Amino acid sequence: MTIDLKTVKHISKLSRISIEEEKAKRLTNDLNSIFKFIEKLNELDTSKTEPLTSVAETTLKLRKDKIESKNIREDILKNSPEKSKDFFVVPKVVE
Amino acid sequence: MSEINNLKLCDLVDKIKNKKLSSKDITEAFINRSKKSSKLNSYITDNFDNALNRAKEFDEKPDFNKKIPGIPLAVKDLFCTKNLRTTAGSKILENFIPTYESTVTQNIIDHGGIIIGKLNCDEFAMGSSNETSNYGNVQNPISENLVPGGSSGGSSAALAAKLTPATIGTDTGGSIRQPASFTGTVGLKPTYGSCSRYGIVAFASSLDQAGPMTHDVKDCALLLEVMSSFDTKDSTSVEFTRGNYLNDLNENIKGKKIGIPKEYKVDGMPKEIEDLWEKGIKIIKDNGGDVIDISLPNTNYALPTYYIVAPAEASSNLARYDGVKYGFRSKGENLIDMYEKTRSEGFGDEVKRRIMIGTYVLSSGYYDAYYLKAQKVRRLIKNDFDEAYKKVDAILTPSTPSSAFKIGEKLNDPVSMYLNDIFTVPINLAGLPAISIPAGHDNNGFPLGLQIIGKAFDEQNILNIAYSIEKNIGYKNHINDWWIK
Repeated sequence: MTIDLKTVKHISKLSRISIEEEKAKRLTNDLNSIFKFIEKLNELDTSKTEPLTSVAETTLKLRKDKIESKNIREDILKNSPEKSKDFFVVPKVVE
Repeated sequence: MSEINNLKLCDLVDKIKNKKLSSKDITEAFINRSKKSSKLNSYITDNFDNALNRAKEFDEKPDFNKKIPGIPLAVKDLFCTKNLRTTAGSKILENFIPTYESTVTQNIIDHGGIIIGKLNCDEFAMGSSNETSNYGNVQNPISENLVPGGSSGGSSAALAAKLTPATIGTDTGGSIRQPASFTGTVGLKPTYGSCSRYGIVAFASSLDQAGPMTHDVKDCALLLEVMSSFDTKDSTSVEFTRGNYLNDLNENIKGKKIGIPKEYKVDGMPKEIEDLWEKGIKIIKDNGGDVIDISLPNTNYALPTYYIVAPAEASSNLARYDGVKYGFRSKGENLIDMYEKTRSEGFGDEVKRRIMIGTYVLSSGYYDAYYLKAQKVRRLIKNDFDEAYKKVDAILTPSTPSSAFKIGEKLNDPVSMYLNDIFTVPINLAGLPAISIPAGHDNNGFPLGLQIIGKAFDEQNILNIAYSIEKNIGYKNHINDWWIK
């Protein structure tokens, strides 16, 4: 299958990455060559194979439900590009 | 160059314990050489002043019981370091100053190490040549205009150039072993779950592992001891008894069964690499090991599988860069516009390419055809290794299908760039440990490496085999200081 320009623009929307027309065209070519390479997997019959999600075959451990970090509000806000008092600031969302 | 720069990690530890050298002597020597290395571009951020103070503090109150007492180390800029800028090679993190320390760098500090700086890498560790970094490409000290490999290219270059006595990298598809191979150094990717991922900027969480990069196998064993720990802050960290890798290092490999996978004899592989592989096989036989032909039938499917699984995980992991909580933000007319511009301007081309591949393979209607399919093939690849390990203790292969290439040579052909990782990617998919050791040179005098792959949690065994080969192969790095200012 081939990926067309329309699909690339759709993926770019889903990825929340704006993309210029020229770059989108180049990316269409790149993605097509990569997917041509990926499609080799279709040679394999995997109808009876279980997917492998993680090689660490451990079950997730439970921990006590208690707070372990205290007073880290400043730490959390420290790297924010825009903040006000104790809040992250974003462009207006609700009119 | 100061004589100190020529010393290996274990030698420096001895000298400092025997009070022949102080931490200040050593730290100064590596900082001074690093200051003359701007041509290599291996550093993104230095921590020189702070590190010197730490060295002086160590000398005032030395603790020689630590594993790396007062030893300076520069680390890949993918590890979060408290109060020290961490960029992951990306513009989107150009001003990010972590408020916490990654577990691996904390282990280094706890064992007496001193962080002297943050080393260049491909953006978010996505690349095989260090050319995707927002902070410029890195020169391989072996020869001008040669890539140092990637993604841990700043690490491999700084180590080979002796700007740091050892370093650490991360390996998602070969990012420790390939740059080690390209620079004539040793690099080990531990078993998935050995070294904590806490505080490492995430790329593909089911594949990422941190590991040591050093001048020789002894140093590698020591640094692995320092790095590896069980950590409740990483839900995939595995609780197992870590070995005394250095103390138990043993070159005796008599009776060890070593597999040679026929699928790694790929078309067009340079003769030098085949010869080198033969040389490794001969050494193993001479040392009493048993060489056994094996098959890993699904090897050819590893790269296509990787290029679904890794981008899929990356697209999820990198969703956090939204210009709100930390990192770069671009102005937008509204929230969505701000997201889209921030990510478009903040990420480089390769990262965008992989996010988009990942988004596509996870999107409605394509999940089963791509992502689920890849997870199934990943099972087959792991099964190949499980089968092989019924017959052998470890596997020997070349580390890479070629030596280091020129800067710019593969930049416009993503698939040809991806093929670099053909021998390293299957190991990440199966979660196994593997070490690359320098083993010879090609016609141009560029280094080539051999890879030893082990069973899960059998790091000691691959270190021992590597040690045995290293002792007999007589490799020497030829580096002149063409890059010194």
